[in-house]
Amino acid sequence: MSRLLWPAAILLLVAVMLLSLAVGRVWLPPSAMIDGLLAPQPNLASLILIELRLPRTLLALIVGLTLGLSGAVLQGLLRNPLASPDLLGVSSGAALGAVIAIYFGLASVFPLATPILGIIGALIAGLVTFTIGRGGTLTLILAGVAVTGLASAGLSLALNFAPNAFAAFEITNWLLGSLAERSWSQLLLATPFMLAGMACLIVNMRALDALTLGETQAASLGIDLDRARLLALLGTALAVGAATSITGGISFIGLLAPHLVRPFVGHQPSRVLLPAALFGAILLLVADIATRLIPTDQEVKLGVLTSLVGAPFFFWLVLRLRRTSP
Amino acid sequence: MTRLTAEALIVTRGGRPIVDGVSARLTGGMFVALLGPNGAGKSTLLHCLAGLMRPDVGRVLLDDSDLKTYDLRSLARRRAFLPQSPRAEWPISVERLVALGLTPQLPAFGGLPVAMAARVTEMLAQVDLLDRRDQPATTLSGGELGRAMLARALVGDPDMLLADEPLTGLDPRHAIDGIVRLRGLADAGKLVVASVHDLTLAARFATHIAMICDGQLIAFGETATTLSSALLSRAFAVDACISGAGTPIAVVDFVAR
Repeated sequence: MSRLLWPAAILLLVAVMLLSLAVGRVWLPPSAMIDGLLAPQPNLASLILIELRLPRTLLALIVGLTLGLSGAVLQGLLRNPLASPDLLGVSSGAALGAVIAIYFGLASVFPLATPILGIIGALIAGLVTFTIGRGGTLTLILAGVAVTGLASAGLSLALNFAPNAFAAFEITNWLLGSLAERSWSQLLLATPFMLAGMACLIVNMRALDALTLGETQAASLGIDLDRARLLALLGTALAVGAATSITGGISFIGLLAPHLVRPFVGHQPSRVLLPAALFGAILLLVADIATRLIPTDQEVKLGVLTSLVGAPFFFWLVLRLRRTSP
Repeated sequence: MTRLTAEALIVTRGGRPIVDGVSARLTGGMFVALLGPNGAGKSTLLHCLAGLMRPDVGRVLLDDSDLKTYDLRSLARRRAFLPQSPRAEWPISVERLVALGLTPQLPAFGGLPVAMAARVTEMLAQVDLLDRRDQPATTLSGGELGRAMLARALVGDPDMLLADEPLTGLDPRHAIDGIVRLRGLADAGKLVVASVHDLTLAARFATHIAMICDGQLIAFGETATTLSSALLSRAFAVDACISGAGTPIAVVDFVAR
């Protein structure tokens, strides 16, 4: 079963990426893509492909990888199947940071302000959750709820004082989360941060495995727990902060992806990481394709769709936890 | 030979001394049964001896160097630690659980080298869990999990094992098996320190007795000469009758005073 996971994941990822390039208001089958690229430039097909579909697809890929990976690392680190960047308040913190950058016009003066403030927001939120939520599933989730509440209050405050109705609409719309109409420059701006974040998350593999035995035994096996926590926090903040600052809020991908792959890799935390990242990307690409296919006047926002699909899964997870824990 | 020396250890929590001036010289070949009433400071002392907790005052020397001068990994290769009722947090296979004991020997990435996989199999055979190797560790019974954790602790061939109540929750048969294994390690030259509540088992199999009372080490020495009814009376407030301490047929009986 586990031997089939890798080829299946990669095949599926390539397939949904091609589909993501093809699907939209204008249907571009592979033949049309190739014709467009070979025909004299500029032409409509190649413009759609290169300026719209390709950045959107690549953004979905890297944001999906980021969310899946950080979910898997947080669940492994905290040995908590409910841990994920959105439930721990990291995503809300990032959204608040990014909104501050947009709201005060920093983003238009200095483009890096959005990802940087997103990362700072994520870092502060994560730090607060980790610090006050130490000591168990319940306290951690509660701390995440509290931090999310605080960040939401900050966002509401920004809306409250929005200079005009249009600005308020802009912010709300952005918060819903989407990959549409993101430019190459936005993608290139955030990608280095996301890659750096993923690097911080990946180096934790041995620590996550050892933590299967609990913190005391992991420490006795030579694992530096403080370093592992710091790297996970920094990695999540960099990756999710930068991702959220471009896409707005996209929830449940980080929660869901690790659960999909865990049974196939024998539940070993380190082996969950990379497949979870791949499935994060697949889930996000599928959801993004779905937003383009659902025939509504206004495109359904990606963040709305992932929540609609992810929330029932969360219910299922809670029910399962209720059965397995005393 | 491994030497572990505690020098005047003091650990204070909330203004109260948990460990209060403990000094002891332990060497390879000893199986020290750490005895004492609940809350006497056995766990805290074990954590200090394992280098998992820094004493507020005093130091612990492994051979001739302070524990805090060792880096985490090289210390982890020499010392194994088993906390009280250890458990697996994910349903990984028994084989993988045991292999986690090799973490300090492994590079940062990559799978388990072949030679180490053979070592894991050998350990599984030693604790009679070969037929359970692919079973999720979370489905093992208490005794089986205890054996799996012991295999996990010993798979890296450490010089010393510190175990916090390794016999708790085991039925008489498994408790005897467990303590015989600990004694076997000491006979093979390793240092074993384990907190134990079963006085008869301690009297039969421990080479040395260390009695902790209110954070103080009130007695430490060979089982035959140290374990006395006066000591048990002082530590546990019981009237005790001991016969054959330090031999395989020792019996400790006691009534509340």
